[in-house]
Amino acid sequence: MADLLFGSSFSSSGLCGMNSASAHSGSSDFMTLPLQTDEHVVALRKLVREQSITIKLTLVDQTKFVTAASELARNTLKYGGGGNVSFSLLSNGERQGLCLVFEDKGPGIVDIAQALTDGFTSGTGLGLGLGGAKRLVDEFAIESEPGRGTVVKIVKWKK
Amino acid sequence: MDRIPILRMGKLLLVTIQVDMHDQLAMTLQDDLTERIVKEQAKGVLIDISALDVVDSFIGRMINNTAAMARVLDASTVIVGMQPAVAITLVELGLTLTGVKTALNVEKGIALLGKRLL
Amino acid sequence: MNKSDNASDISTFINEYQTEILGDWLQNLKEQSTRIDAFSDEQLHKQCAMFLKSLASATVNNQTADIDGRAWDEVRSLLTEISQARAKQGYTPSETALFIFSLKQSLFSKLRTHFAQGPALLAANIWTLSTLLDKLGLFTIEVFQKSRDQIIMRQQQELLELSTPVVKLWKNILALPLIGTLDSERTQIVMESLLQKIVDTGAAIAIIDITGVPTVDTLVAQHLLKTIAAARLMGADCIISGIRPQIAQTIVHLGVNLEDVITKATLADAFVIALERTGSSITSQQQD
Repeated sequence: MADLLFGSSFSSSGLCGMNSASAHSGSSDFMTLPLQTDEHVVALRKLVREQSITIKLTLVDQTKFVTAASELARNTLKYGGGGNVSFSLLSNGERQGLCLVFEDKGPGIVDIAQALTDGFTSGTGLGLGLGGAKRLVDEFAIESEPGRGTVVKIVKWKK
Repeated sequence: MDRIPILRMGKLLLVTIQVDMHDQLAMTLQDDLTERIVKEQAKGVLIDISALDVVDSFIGRMINNTAAMARVLDASTVIVGMQPAVAITLVELGLTLTGVKTALNVEKGIALLGKRLL
Repeated sequence: MNKSDNASDISTFINEYQTEILGDWLQNLKEQSTRIDAFSDEQLHKQCAMFLKSLASATVNNQTADIDGRAWDEVRSLLTEISQARAKQGYTPSETALFIFSLKQSLFSKLRTHFAQGPALLAANIWTLSTLLDKLGLFTIEVFQKSRDQIIMRQQQELLELSTPVVKLWKNILALPLIGTLDSERTQIVMESLLQKIVDTGAAIAIIDITGVPTVDTLVAQHLLKTIAAARLMGADCIISGIRPQIAQTIVHLGVNLEDVITKATLADAFVIALERTGSSITSQQQD
């Protein structure tokens, strides 16, 4: 699922299955938050934790998703020059899920495949952590164009 | 909270992280610890993360860096109280803590540091 | 269109003869059902009356082709309730569907008298009603199935929880004897509970004994390794014991890396090592 093509537009509204009727049923089901400061990242972690609890993810799944969100939020802030994140509650009839889309208009990633395979090093290197974040979620998609920006979408379903 | 408090018990520095730290706070802690190790000539650093329900790569790197600097200054670092969900997530993330000992709680952590603290 | 004419006919028809149809239906149900004590007469009467009413209002909108549509929401939710109630009472699927199919009889006999003058109209109405009731009958069976499935899933969950015991062998030493085939999900649950137990008891060492596990695949082996890594991050260590020859072969074959892990052939050996590492030992007493 690594390289989904969302079409040439970078708008996030088409990315979380927003075409389905469930998308606009309530204000708490969808929101966009800025990612311009450290505090925004902390606020996002808190939001994701609360929502994960709401859809009753297991503790481990909650932690994994919050951690993935934290990684990507930090990327957006530090490497993307700031951006925003859209959050939405998903429902596919039988189960519920959470969807986050991180967007920035930063320098973009030249080699996505490489970025995905880079593991962590214990202190040096860019450590974009994309590969790690990908392992923590159920669905992961990324689109990036050098000079235009990056969009990353992650989804976690309640099992 | 603009600073995380550091307690001193003899040659041991004890830090209890109880808030979800934003990056700046974490960096400040790293700096403060390094300074205090030198100032108190501490031989051991014990970081209690039992209240942290998220540890991401940034915090992980902060811990590794702190331990590395402590080692250079002849002090050992122990992390205590990591929650199971956090441990599982870190393993999945692929983050390894290098140069850091770990223990289940403060008591065991101090035991681990042992003779160094005398 | 014929269909819409039929449907509104049906609606008027049901409303007109409601009491008679109801009485007849209840009579049929009682005759055909072997479970007289499951629902009281009053409950049954209520269920049937409500159903007839909602059937009448659903058909008034000229819609019989698609029972999944909005017009049929009320009927479906009523049937779901009725079906689930019967599933809980231990009814078989057929007995549950009987609720609908016994209605056919009462409806058709009334239809015959009502449309005595027009055989064509009678035939058309019977056809429409019949198809409709078949769909509804099948619907009740589907709902029945679903609730049974849910019960099974819940029981599986309970079984899972029962079969993953973590034993405190000694001060600071835990043992996790795994028995039976490990699938990915079960392994994950077991491992998470082991880690939690480590925190709860403050154990320094956990012995994972797989004597009772016939086969191990890559996924399970990976879960085991991840658990051990997680335990280490938390400050505890793990020993794997009871690796059968076949499993040893599989592990090597799969290229799973166990270099970092202490492995012992038996739980007993593992226990001795664990004791040593936690500062204890076993001595035998002098025998006379």
